[in-house]
Amino acid sequence: MDSFFAMGGYGAYVWPAYGVSALGLLLAVIVTLRLYARAKARLAMLEGTKGRA
Amino acid sequence: MFQYANPKRFMDLSGVLLPYVATAAGLFLIAGFYLGLFVSPRDYQQGDTVRIMFIHVPAAWVAMMAYGMMAVASIFSLVNRHPLADVAARTAAPLGALFTTLALITGSLWGKPMWGTYWVWDARLTSFLLLLFLYLGYSALWNAIEDEVRAGRTAAILAIVGAVNLPIIHYSVEWWTTLHQGESILLSGGPKIAPVFLWPLFAMAFGYTLLFFTLWTVRIRTEILERRARALQMAEH
Repeated sequence: MDSFFAMGGYGAYVWPAYGVSALGLLLAVIVTLRLYARAKARLAMLEGTKGRA
Repeated sequence: MFQYANPKRFMDLSGVLLPYVATAAGLFLIAGFYLGLFVSPRDYQQGDTVRIMFIHVPAAWVAMMAYGMMAVASIFSLVNRHPLADVAARTAAPLGALFTTLALITGSLWGKPMWGTYWVWDARLTSFLLLLFLYLGYSALWNAIEDEVRAGRTAAILAIVGAVNLPIIHYSVEWWTTLHQGESILLSGGPKIAPVFLWPLFAMAFGYTLLFFTLWTVRIRTEILERRARALQMAEH
């Protein structure tokens, strides 16, 4: 297990590369889904008020 | 193709396809991370840093593909004046910027142990940094110009002119003496890379590409919903 994390002495480069990539992609997914949910909710609200009027 | 460029049809069709594309993206990414970190052996020259290639190359591919798509969408937006083309181009930019940044960071983390430096101003790296600035400049233009039609047209022109940078990035390793290695996958005689390294690379490349299309589609859908909301608000006042 230790040798897995050591990455043949290149752990200091391999792990940050994978960490930044995974984090970047994950954040993009979260932000994208949040913006979508917010737009959907806003439209539903507007359509609701229009329906009542 | 144009029949799907109708926002309503786009919403219907993408709503059906999205779950499948998103699932495929997730599966390919899991496979890619597993193959890249656990299955792939170390390279006899690069050691374990070869694993960085599995995430560096796909990020760079997607970064360039996204720019190509943004430029094509910009042409449709200028020529056909289609509102969905505008939305498609605009929403591709922040995603393209993300993948460009990931390619630059992972590349630099590979460069330090292998070349002895995080950064060098050679043709490949410099043209790729320019790609990031093109994405950022494109988004900045959109935000800087108040009138949406004018903003869209100006940004579209920048996107199209900036597309000149794509062949420059691609051929930079042939035209100039660069530290960056040449093409090793798309060669007429087949790839120059051993299959053990190609599998994780391809899995990751599919994963990155499908994830880009998933996020891009969701962002286009978001923008369509926002425009509908704005239209409703205008109608009320």
